[in-house]
Amino acid sequence: MSRPEVVEPRDPGAAVLLDTEGEALPLAMEAKNVSMWYGSKRAIDNVSLDMPAKAVTAIIGPSGCGKSTFIRALNRMHELVPHARIEGSVFLHGQNLYASSMDPAVVRRRVGMVFQKSNPFPTMSIGENAIVGLRLNGVSDRRFLNERLEQSLRMAALWDEVKDDLHKSGTSLSGGQQQRLCIARALAVEPEVLLMDEPCSALDPIATAKIEELIQGLKTQYTIVIVTHNMQQAGRVSDFTAFFYMGRLIEVGSTTKIFTNPNEKQTEDYITGRFG
Amino acid sequence: MEIQRKDHHSWRKLKSTLISGLTFCSAVLVIAPLGLVFFHVLMSGIGAVNLEFFTNLPKPVGVPGGGMANAIVGTLELLALASVIGIPVGVLGGIFLAEYGTARVNAVLRFIADVLNGVPSIIWGVVVYGLIVLRFKSFSGYAGGLALGLIMIPLILRTTEEVILLVPAGYREAALALGIARWKTIIQIVVKTASRGIITGILLALARVGGETAPLLFTAFGNHFWNRDLNEPIAALPLQIFTYAISPYDDWHRQAWAGALVLVTGVFCVNVLVRIVTRVRTASA
Repeated sequence: MSRPEVVEPRDPGAAVLLDTEGEALPLAMEAKNVSMWYGSKRAIDNVSLDMPAKAVTAIIGPSGCGKSTFIRALNRMHELVPHARIEGSVFLHGQNLYASSMDPAVVRRRVGMVFQKSNPFPTMSIGENAIVGLRLNGVSDRRFLNERLEQSLRMAALWDEVKDDLHKSGTSLSGGQQQRLCIARALAVEPEVLLMDEPCSALDPIATAKIEELIQGLKTQYTIVIVTHNMQQAGRVSDFTAFFYMGRLIEVGSTTKIFTNPNEKQTEDYITGRFG
Repeated sequence: MEIQRKDHHSWRKLKSTLISGLTFCSAVLVIAPLGLVFFHVLMSGIGAVNLEFFTNLPKPVGVPGGGMANAIVGTLELLALASVIGIPVGVLGGIFLAEYGTARVNAVLRFIADVLNGVPSIIWGVVVYGLIVLRFKSFSGYAGGLALGLIMIPLILRTTEEVILLVPAGYREAALALGIARWKTIIQIVVKTASRGIITGILLALARVGGETAPLLFTAFGNHFWNRDLNEPIAALPLQIFTYAISPYDDWHRQAWAGALVLVTGVFCVNVLVRIVTRVRTASA
């Protein structure tokens, strides 16, 4: 697995990830000075994070450190929580997702999400689940839908397993297959970035391995941001790792660097299992 | 020591027997009225239930034969009218309570719906009498349908809200994360997932108002003929049963029993239908 070598940023608050030639990596998303609150409780404290294009960025940290909250700020899903508030900005290819002209539905079409618990719609078949995002966003061209159906199921490495059962209920699949169906469903609307919130935490090791393999394949086309509580997983799938602790970004860098030679004592303690 | 323990043991056994005996008796008391009602209505009514009962109009006292065809059709018409009012308002209101609104407004709405569910049904009849019958100076099918529809609204509203809240939040999140608009998410994903529960609520509400008599006394009023105009008084099965049962004539009493049997069977069938609908749901889930 080839990873870009990265010169460490001196100041994690204003991190610019560089490749070996000292060139700045092309970024898909940038969070700038993001702070978030649930009511009066501060959940994220002034986080700035760059997420390079066509690479996997893993967010790790102990439970309650704000990693799931942060990832939800990247497609404005936190707005579903009453009394959630955000300051700062998030850029997708240079466009501020929090600009007043931005429709959250459009943001979510461009920044897809896969959740911890697989959730195919129980009233729909496997095939309907895969293309529901297109259909309910107004696409009705049957041929195009069929093309996208096969394409997204293939991308999610599910096509060969379900191609003869497309009419069956999405909930008839195994847990790992359901999660891959959810990934296909998210890919069908062709997002620019795919967010994954602990996508394997409810799966057995074999299903987990399949999803991890899938992530490796997807990053040739997509920018992926994955939240995981499983450090081995972060080590296996990601190119960059960001360590969160108590709502702050402690350190970010290439995964090799974070796991072998982190700058911060807190990162090292967490990686070596001294807490968390 | 040995004896003491034995005493204690037998006392515990006695208590256990006593309690299970009491719960058994209560269970029997719950089931017994259903059995009694069915048995009694069946025995008294079966003799008068025949084809004529379903196809003929009521005959004057002393003339043999006659049926309640107009009342059966009238009840169906009233239920259709009530559905036009009760189902859309109840279902949409339930969706509002579950998906929109603020906590405080919803708490008030929920409280009002619960109070309305507790209002005696005759009050609805009096209210519609005052609002519609007096104003248009006529008892009418519309007034009867309105009274039944108003009773249905809070029933359907509360069950719709409850079954929508049972839909896991993960489905809403997944749909919104695909960039699907909120109203489409609610209609196409959430309400669709809850649809069997909503249908169950509607059927139970229909079964409930189908047997209501009191709200129809001052509104639909009843009629011994075919009703061609919903602006005119209309016959209904419970009303006909009421009128016949308080009459002094034996053959009218027999007809009243037959009507009661048809009504109870109808309500029973709706409940069986509800069972089937909910069973399909649990099997597929």
